[in-house]
Amino acid sequence: MTNTLHRYGSAESFQNDFIVFASPANGKNEIGSIPKLKKFLEMALPFKPVNIGDPVHGGALRPERGLNTAANWKRDKTPDLRAVIDGIDEPASVVAIFDNLKAAEEFLSVVVEADLGLSVNISASIEGAQQCCRFAGIPRHSVGYSLGFEGKTEKLPNTQMLTLTTMCGHGMISSSLAKKMIDWVKEGRRTPEEAVTYMARFCSCGVFNPLRAKHILEDARKKME
Amino acid sequence: MKINPDKCVACGNCTYVCPMGAIYIDPIIKRATIDRDECVECYACYNGLSTEHLNPPLVRMVRKFFQIGRLRFDPEPDVCPTAAFEPDALQWPRVVRRAFSDPRATHESTGVQGRGTEEVKTNDVTLRVQRGEVGFTIEFGRPGVGVWLRDIQKMTWALAKAGVAFEKKNPFTLLMTDVTTGTIRGDVLNEKVLSAIVEIKVGVERTEEIIKLVHEVEKEVETVISLGVGTRCDEQGEENVVAPILERLGYRLERAKTNVGLGRVTNSVEN
Repeated sequence: MTNTLHRYGSAESFQNDFIVFASPANGKNEIGSIPKLKKFLEMALPFKPVNIGDPVHGGALRPERGLNTAANWKRDKTPDLRAVIDGIDEPASVVAIFDNLKAAEEFLSVVVEADLGLSVNISASIEGAQQCCRFAGIPRHSVGYSLGFEGKTEKLPNTQMLTLTTMCGHGMISSSLAKKMIDWVKEGRRTPEEAVTYMARFCSCGVFNPLRAKHILEDARKKME
Repeated sequence: MKINPDKCVACGNCTYVCPMGAIYIDPIIKRATIDRDECVECYACYNGLSTEHLNPPLVRMVRKFFQIGRLRFDPEPDVCPTAAFEPDALQWPRVVRRAFSDPRATHESTGVQGRGTEEVKTNDVTLRVQRGEVGFTIEFGRPGVGVWLRDIQKMTWALAKAGVAFEKKNPFTLLMTDVTTGTIRGDVLNEKVLSAIVEIKVGVERTEEIIKLVHEVEKEVETVISLGVGTRCDEQGEENVVAPILERLGYRLERAKTNVGLGRVTNSVEN
């Protein structure tokens, strides 16, 4: 799963994007991992993650079944972090997204101390992840570099849409929806905060960073690339 | 995936959420329709859209009045108002589309959600990529373009010809009838998926050769490729072996997934 590796953007654009995740390995340590995965996310909460999630159920904002028509006027768009933690029922990677280096550094230190025995990764700028490791006093074990996109890149959408859609590395946020949300924000039909909640619900594992998305939409409102 | 025509009210919300752009409003039947060739069975429509259970005839009538008056109702854009999406019972080989496109569909072959194995993220436990080795993840179709499996075979043929071994636990390797030639079983070649990852491991000295080979073959492939390169750091956590090669090849290394080495084997019986 390389779903967080190929987020589009420059190193500067990742300054508010630190993905820390814990993964059990099949056949190695997945047995009894569910309480550890829950604990990992519990430990993240004091550092105010902008999203948390798991690949089975999604992030802190999820699609809602059986909505009432009134939802078109009054809909609860509050991320439900508690539901994510309570809903973990399979050994799979869980993820916490932070919008600042300090939170990621301090969270990693707590995770090191907790010694859960699960693999922990930071998906971020190379320098950002190194800083987290230095702060926590641990050496990096392995590194997986993103070399970006190649081949028929002319088939890709524009950079703003790409930055939004690649925040769900599984590709569940379509470029058409990203374009529509940019257009709606430009037209004043929705605020960036509202537009972000629509996209976040499509991300199937919770790695979508709503704060970064909001900034992209605010930029796009003034200038379409 | 199918859309129940008795329920669909042609609101058009779903036409925007399909990552492949495979949903459109058919002007004859006036219902949302899925282009089955382009649909990769990712379930983004079914899993991602919220639902209401409104009365379809009533909604159609209201929409008609709005159309006549050139009025625009401005509903939530991520909702199917009549819960019209219904999953198909997928048969082989179409089921391959879902296996590689819906992240919530677990590959029976690996037991892992997603398109590859666990690559670098559990390398501290699996020890799959050791010092002096480089793991490549060559992902086709991401982001948002999709790929026909016949296109990927062009790459696997070339890699196999170069004497590269494919990662055994990778779902795509499981589609090969002959891993020594990189040949994929014929009945899936005309299936389209959202993305698929070919995983290989080589000695660090072959890094440049593999990247050049990928560059050469990608010219014949009608999609985008996302290239990832994983390796082991030294005792101090530094990585001064592969990064210089990549930078010499012109890559500007900005983003990475960093395994911080906290994992350990805890199962009483390993496999």
